[in-house]
Amino acid sequence: MASGWPLLSLVTFLPLVGAALILFTRGSPELVARNARNIALWTSLITFALSLFLWTGFDPDVSDFQFVEKVAWIPAFGITYHMGVDGISLFFVLLSTLLTPICVLASWEAIESRVKEYMISFLVLETLMVGTFSALDFILFYVFFEGVLIPMFLIIGVWGGPRRVYSAFKFFLYTLAGSVLMLLAILAIFFETGTTDVPTLMQGHLPSMMQKWLWLAFFASFAVKVPMWPVHTWLPDAHVEAPTAGSVILAGVLLKMGAYGFLRFSVPMLPEATAYFTPLIYTLSVVAVIYTSLVALAQEDMKKLIAYSSVAHMGFVTIGIFALNTQAVTGALYQMLSHGIVSAALFLCVGVVYDREHSREISHYGGLVDRMPIYAFVFMVFTMAAVGLPGTSGFVGEFLILTGAFQSSTWVATLAATGLVLGAAYMLYLYRRVVFGKLEKDHLKDILDLSWREIAVFAPLVVLAIWMGVYPTSFTRPMHASVVNLVTKYETASMPSPSSVAAARR
Amino acid sequence: MTTISLTPALPEIWLAIAGMALLMIGVFRGDGGTRSVSWLSVFVLLVAVVIVLGGAPGRIVAFGGQFVTDAFAVFVKVIVLLGSAVSIILALDYIEREDMNRFEYPVLIVLATLGMLVMVSANDLITLYLGLELQSLALYVVAAFQRDRIRSTEAGLKYFVLGALSSGMLLYGCSLIYGATGATGFEPIAQAIADNEGTASIGLIFGIVFLTAGLAFKVSAVPFHMWTPDVYEGAPTPVTALFAIAPKAAAIALFVRVMIGPFGEIVIDWRPILIAISIGSMGLGAVAAINQTNIKRLLAYSSIGNMGYALVGLAAGTESGVRGVLIYMAIYLVMTAGSFAIVLAMRQKGKMVEGISDLAGLSKTHPGMALAFAIFLFSLAGIPPLAGFFGKLYVFLAAIEAGLYTLAVFGVLASVVGAFYYLRIIKIMYFDEATVPLDKEAVGRSLGAVQAITALLIMLFFVYPSPVLTSAAMAARALFPA
Repeated sequence: MASGWPLLSLVTFLPLVGAALILFTRGSPELVARNARNIALWTSLITFALSLFLWTGFDPDVSDFQFVEKVAWIPAFGITYHMGVDGISLFFVLLSTLLTPICVLASWEAIESRVKEYMISFLVLETLMVGTFSALDFILFYVFFEGVLIPMFLIIGVWGGPRRVYSAFKFFLYTLAGSVLMLLAILAIFFETGTTDVPTLMQGHLPSMMQKWLWLAFFASFAVKVPMWPVHTWLPDAHVEAPTAGSVILAGVLLKMGAYGFLRFSVPMLPEATAYFTPLIYTLSVVAVIYTSLVALAQEDMKKLIAYSSVAHMGFVTIGIFALNTQAVTGALYQMLSHGIVSAALFLCVGVVYDREHSREISHYGGLVDRMPIYAFVFMVFTMAAVGLPGTSGFVGEFLILTGAFQSSTWVATLAATGLVLGAAYMLYLYRRVVFGKLEKDHLKDILDLSWREIAVFAPLVVLAIWMGVYPTSFTRPMHASVVNLVTKYETASMPSPSSVAAARR
Repeated sequence: MTTISLTPALPEIWLAIAGMALLMIGVFRGDGGTRSVSWLSVFVLLVAVVIVLGGAPGRIVAFGGQFVTDAFAVFVKVIVLLGSAVSIILALDYIEREDMNRFEYPVLIVLATLGMLVMVSANDLITLYLGLELQSLALYVVAAFQRDRIRSTEAGLKYFVLGALSSGMLLYGCSLIYGATGATGFEPIAQAIADNEGTASIGLIFGIVFLTAGLAFKVSAVPFHMWTPDVYEGAPTPVTALFAIAPKAAAIALFVRVMIGPFGEIVIDWRPILIAISIGSMGLGAVAAINQTNIKRLLAYSSIGNMGYALVGLAAGTESGVRGVLIYMAIYLVMTAGSFAIVLAMRQKGKMVEGISDLAGLSKTHPGMALAFAIFLFSLAGIPPLAGFFGKLYVFLAAIEAGLYTLAVFGVLASVVGAFYYLRIIKIMYFDEATVPLDKEAVGRSLGAVQAITALLIMLFFVYPSPVLTSAAMAARALFPA
């Protein structure tokens, strides 16, 4: 906090420096590819190391924003370059900086064409992700939030699978259609209050009727990004066609942007509308949890299955956010972190066998445990974490969400809990079909276990998944002050119209 | 105001004299001197920029109220002059190669630019018409410059016939306005409207409708856009680039000045017309471009759509609306100049090509050019942090401020539809494999420089946007005397 270094900006923009370095590498194609990989890896590792200082320097007793930087940017409108993190955004920044080097490492051999452009895309993406989570000016947030589309579009479209063009377009246009409405909402807020500064707006109070319209506009943007049922259909397509690392970032970080948006903007700025629309969110989330879990059960494609499971897990998250008590919101944050690590790791698990066999069909595999014991172990850890076994990261989040949701609505908690059962069903079914059984298929007879590079990719994720399950305090402690602050403010702010509170407490 | 001072019109006088001098140089040197005349023209235009910037600040009315210079005029004139200079640079290699190597080409552009400057400074319906016709006549000739190619002559003829029609409508509108208010000067008209307690008579409204129709033709807004795709496609590519840059800025500026100046009081009467024009342009621009196979035609529809966005700001009719228009136009013109620098570099085996599919695999054969084009296209689609996003931001800001929510929502949704065809080009460049790659050596030094500079401007605009934003704000304020 007190250090004179603009640490947050450094973490945000350092990857761009790496991208620029890669842009200017010259030489034979092999040399350029090798340099690009190395530069990308080292840049992202240094960025990660720097971002750890954010965690160690973070004061967990303060609910306010820390590491704040504020510079005039567009003075004519009072739009500033305003950055900062609090307990809500801190871990998302860390998640982004952690997953980027993992993605680079995971693509080390899988990506052979246009390595230079690929690595540049990932580094630019990292800047935009970190920026999204630390921007404290609405316009600045929007710039980062929307800018993510450009590198992601290229990653899916250039290095993706056979139906990549369709998926890339669907991803881009779906997300854009949601976001532009949010842009109008931001402008409307600007005219109502005369500022786009997020901390200021969190204090303000907008007229009730206007809140509802603005809330819907935000909802259009964030619901697509989360994604919530029924606007989730871009996700399975994008996941299936994206290269492994693209899926990792998509599931690990990009989905969190929507939920983060709800927490950062919708809830504190539009509390009355939030109370009013909570039943809507509950309904959509419960449908998402149950319906997409059932859909996941029927999938034959591993990536598609995990993609649908992401929708279900994010349904839990939205329930947690809108239950709006300390347990539920902490649970939602925890679930997002856990999902960021676990689903990313599951996509990497699929990537491992895909790199060897070039098939994602579940029926293509079976009995992998015979030839790949380490892989079977790693896959099991993450399957258990996804299922929510106590002692893994998944348990903490789901438990907290259900506890919190139960206080808010018994029905929602009960229905959401069925999702846990279904979740266990499809994950274990997947694991059984891929890893267990006899190794009968001839093409799998000489499949190789994890290489050292792959072990290096998985090791930090395994450690984190278990750490988060065994000792959650390391993570919940920094979140606590900000979450309590959010919830108390919400409770006072949503009071004025008693009828809407009654509706929320139904 | 009784003394006649020539200094406010110094840039125009300089261009007129220099244009004639260039004509003489050209005549004595013959067609062999085209390149030097071109560079001299660029120099003349840049000197004019200096004169414009060095002019006395504040609002000066000259020639008995016919002519005005203010911050608004300065902003637009700088854009117009730079745009014309870039158009000449873009044409350098092309005109030598493609049988257009005649020295009249740059001279005509200088004369057209003179017309544009007069348009921008018009403070009277007569001056307005004078400037507009000077510009148009020069442009008609330029459109048909490849006189032995059927497409070029067709484009020139089409442009001329439809342009003459629109000029007729515009003149008729002017005469109706004169009939209703008894004046041609902008201030007297505004005074007449104010005397009438800010209400408009039927005759005046009709006059404004015709005037708007004529101006909408010049900016190629729906429903007066029909000529644009044909002329864009038919005219030689550097001429298309010329049409897409400076005249667009001048026409939009004229549109803004006429609507806000004399008719600012009765914004309520003309706003529905502009909303309709704007919605039509944005919608058509987004939808009609989807199926195009020719890049120039696609850019034509794109320009129709973009004019729609610019007019959103004018429809707001407020100071921030005008500021939005100016920012939008400044950014749009840079993107357009860059895009045409790419189109002009598209050659296969020595022949110019215009098919969008010819760009396939460009990211492998010409990575730099593909990157630049991708930047322009993402920017045209309005994706941050590129400059195009900020252009859209400011016009929608104005629309929301003026309470035009429907227009704003329609605009942003049209921009999503529009994003599709911009993405389609990126897809072709980045996702598809080349069948016949474009020529390596086709990108000349001047084209490459224009591509690189415009791409950098668009990409890095967000780092330090203040100069453009502040000067646009000053320019807009000039139109709204406090």
